[in-house]
Amino acid sequence: MAQGQMAPGIVSGRLSSDELTSNFTDLHPPLAAHEAAVAADRCYFCYDAPCVTACPTDIDIPLFMRQIQAGQPEAAGETILAQNILGGMCARVCPTETLCEEACVREAAEGAPVEIGRLQRYATDSVMVSGSHPFSRAEPTGKTIAVVGAGPAGLACAHRLAMLGHDVVIHERKPKPGGLNEYGIAAYKSTNDFAQAEVDWLLKIGGITIETGSVLGESVSLNGLIENYDAVFLSIGLAGVNALRADGAEKDGVRFAVDFISDVRQASDLADLPVGRNVVVIGGGMTAVDASVKSKLLGAENVTIAYRRGRDAMGASRYEQDLAASHGVKIMTNVQPVAIHGNGAAVEIELEYTSSHDGQLKGTGETVRLAADQVLKAIGQTLEGAPEGLQLDGSKIAVKGAGRTSIAGVWAGGDCAAGGEDLTVTAVAEGRDAAMDIHASLTA
Amino acid sequence: MADLKTNFLGIESPNPYWLASAPPTDKEYNVRRAFEAGWGGVVWKTLGSEGPPVVNVNGPRYGAIYGADRRLLGLNNIELITDRPLEVNLEEMARVKADYPDRALIASIMVPCEEEAWKAILPRVAETGADGIELNFGCPHGMSERGMGSAVGQVPEYIEMVTRWCKKYYDRPVIVKLTPNITDIRKPAAAARNGGADAVSLINTINSITSVNLDTFSPEPSIDGKGSHGGYCGPAVKPIALSMVSEISRAEATHGLPISGIGGVTTWRDAAEFIALGCGTVQVCTAAMTYGFKIIDELTAGLSKWMDEKGYTDVSQVVGLAVPNVTDWQYLNLNYVAKAKIDQDQCIKCGRCYAACEDTSHQAISMSADRVFEVKDEECVACNLCVDVCPVDGCISMVPMQAGEVDPRTGLEVQPNYANWTTHPNNPMSKAAE
Repeated sequence: MAQGQMAPGIVSGRLSSDELTSNFTDLHPPLAAHEAAVAADRCYFCYDAPCVTACPTDIDIPLFMRQIQAGQPEAAGETILAQNILGGMCARVCPTETLCEEACVREAAEGAPVEIGRLQRYATDSVMVSGSHPFSRAEPTGKTIAVVGAGPAGLACAHRLAMLGHDVVIHERKPKPGGLNEYGIAAYKSTNDFAQAEVDWLLKIGGITIETGSVLGESVSLNGLIENYDAVFLSIGLAGVNALRADGAEKDGVRFAVDFISDVRQASDLADLPVGRNVVVIGGGMTAVDASVKSKLLGAENVTIAYRRGRDAMGASRYEQDLAASHGVKIMTNVQPVAIHGNGAAVEIELEYTSSHDGQLKGTGETVRLAADQVLKAIGQTLEGAPEGLQLDGSKIAVKGAGRTSIAGVWAGGDCAAGGEDLTVTAVAEGRDAAMDIHASLTA
Repeated sequence: MADLKTNFLGIESPNPYWLASAPPTDKEYNVRRAFEAGWGGVVWKTLGSEGPPVVNVNGPRYGAIYGADRRLLGLNNIELITDRPLEVNLEEMARVKADYPDRALIASIMVPCEEEAWKAILPRVAETGADGIELNFGCPHGMSERGMGSAVGQVPEYIEMVTRWCKKYYDRPVIVKLTPNITDIRKPAAAARNGGADAVSLINTINSITSVNLDTFSPEPSIDGKGSHGGYCGPAVKPIALSMVSEISRAEATHGLPISGIGGVTTWRDAAEFIALGCGTVQVCTAAMTYGFKIIDELTAGLSKWMDEKGYTDVSQVVGLAVPNVTDWQYLNLNYVAKAKIDQDQCIKCGRCYAACEDTSHQAISMSADRVFEVKDEECVACNLCVDVCPVDGCISMVPMQAGEVDPRTGLEVQPNYANWTTHPNNPMSKAAE
């Protein structure tokens, strides 16, 4: 019997299995063939299309729209995958509202862009369903490249290198490949274990070996990799999380949002997953939105996002904010946590209102207390475990050109590398481009 | 509200919308539904001679061409004339006409090209009380292989001959329905007039194959793996029909001959265009077959509203208004100079105008790095392609230059007078301007 939303504390089984199943279905159900034809027909086949410019992986969107219109969704899928081998996941998780769909001329014309994301999913799904892998490997080059991290950047790099005839060994610290696609993406965006299915499909190219449980700095070292491989690509992501500076931050019930999200993604039965009655998520990015929506879907009664700056400064797009709001999440802006109260376990969070003067954020002194038996920290991830000797740019690995680090023979891309937004699609682009650069330098 | 009451050849109907001779008018049941819905008249599905009725195929009779969202743009059919006994049709026609005396009821007829055949059927049709007859010289499939339908309509001498028989054996209006599957529509129209026809109706359907099945390599619609050309109709054929109607309206031999316009009439606007080109009534089929009889509400209300806005009180006031403006290319004013103008406020920066002009026309549109598209007047020939491909209605317009301005493309001053090809110096046949 479900415990209900009113059960106090952090408990599992707030909702029935049926409710949970219904809550965690696809955020956007896939398009049927006729829907896709109608939606694709709205594409104007723009000259030098703005949507392509807006796509970090430069997918030829008008071409794939036309291929859908012409009744060949698999050909459309190949057009996408040729530029973005993780086009299936990107179709699900890309903030299209700030990328291709924002640039779509129909957004300017009528506030209703071509549904590029959903159509990309339609096209890539049809390739995945067919079971075929439309790419093949070039003649073997005899070179082997080490890729560290099996997230989007690493997988994209590995696939492109394999396609070009190289062998690739991916060192992955976690038990499963996929990186944030597997452990970080909101469950309602990637259903039916899509991340693993996509990795399996990607590996069909051949020539890629994944060694899970292989941790840089422990089981392998950068110097060892440089010695044993023809090139190294680092795509280690941002494994660290920023700490919360507030009294009582160590109390029970306070945890990192990324861990909470990962638990949801890895749960074999959502009914076993505990969630608070009153959840407060600290932060303003996509992670904060994902964690808050998940809490709500698991049955939390009250979920609040507390963000220290104004709404405009939130990392989550307006679309993501609306998504949270539509699930009943309350968004509080200009509040910062000062203390978490409770005897051992969190009961309340005390937030102080803030105001900004000349870009400087200051507490106003006025505070408010919210019931909070669970506090999720979503205040950013940081680079952790980067090998010694790599030049950094701010808090990330410095790169030049297509991901060249300060050490010869070592490339980096994805969230761990400086430059570009921390998006799956950007990581794919960086991995792919680094692969082309590695190939060029190995075959020069 | 403007009154749509129409008098065509003395046949009155409450509005100019008649259902064309086709499946929707095949029997009493459908026709009563049409009249209840508000249709002004019907041309009953074509009657054949006494005897065993024709048979139809037992597989698909129709094929279609679609636009976005399966919007039906063109329909093709291989159905023949009525496959019900003549007697049944005649009885039903008489009953319906008696119950709906204010509606037009026309009998479409197709019998062999022999005087006896026409002499036999016409008195029986007259007995039904039908308001007139329409001679089906148009169907391009099936019956034409037996020497009827378009096989007659393609030979002006036959048209004239049969029309004459009909006028001899029938005393009500005779309308000759023309096939578009010919080179010059004026010839059969003139033949009909010479034979004494009271009116022509056009167009009948156009020879067509809608598609080819790429698995079986059979044309569609496919009957057991084979296909035959059918008759094409629907919105896609309207431009062809308008042109043919206009030719008859303005040709010396046929000018003033009443016309019932047919071909892709889908909305009130289509009807108004046919009427403006000289049609006294319009006939509708595909739109009704696509959406049902209820479309008559929009057709009548729309036409009436437009007439109110324009100050017309009677449909007859609109008939032929566009005819004087249909001319030959050689009489078009070559001193008229226009330039495309892009309204930057409305432009959504898709660049279709640029691609079209740069790739396929006159390289008269520039594109900046930030996607501002502008017309290069010195290259623009005002071809209108940019207007046609622009997805925003009204964003690009053709602005006429004023007399005295210099056309940057030619360096010549725009002349105030009208001058056409017949007087142009490049024309070897040119006559000196008066």
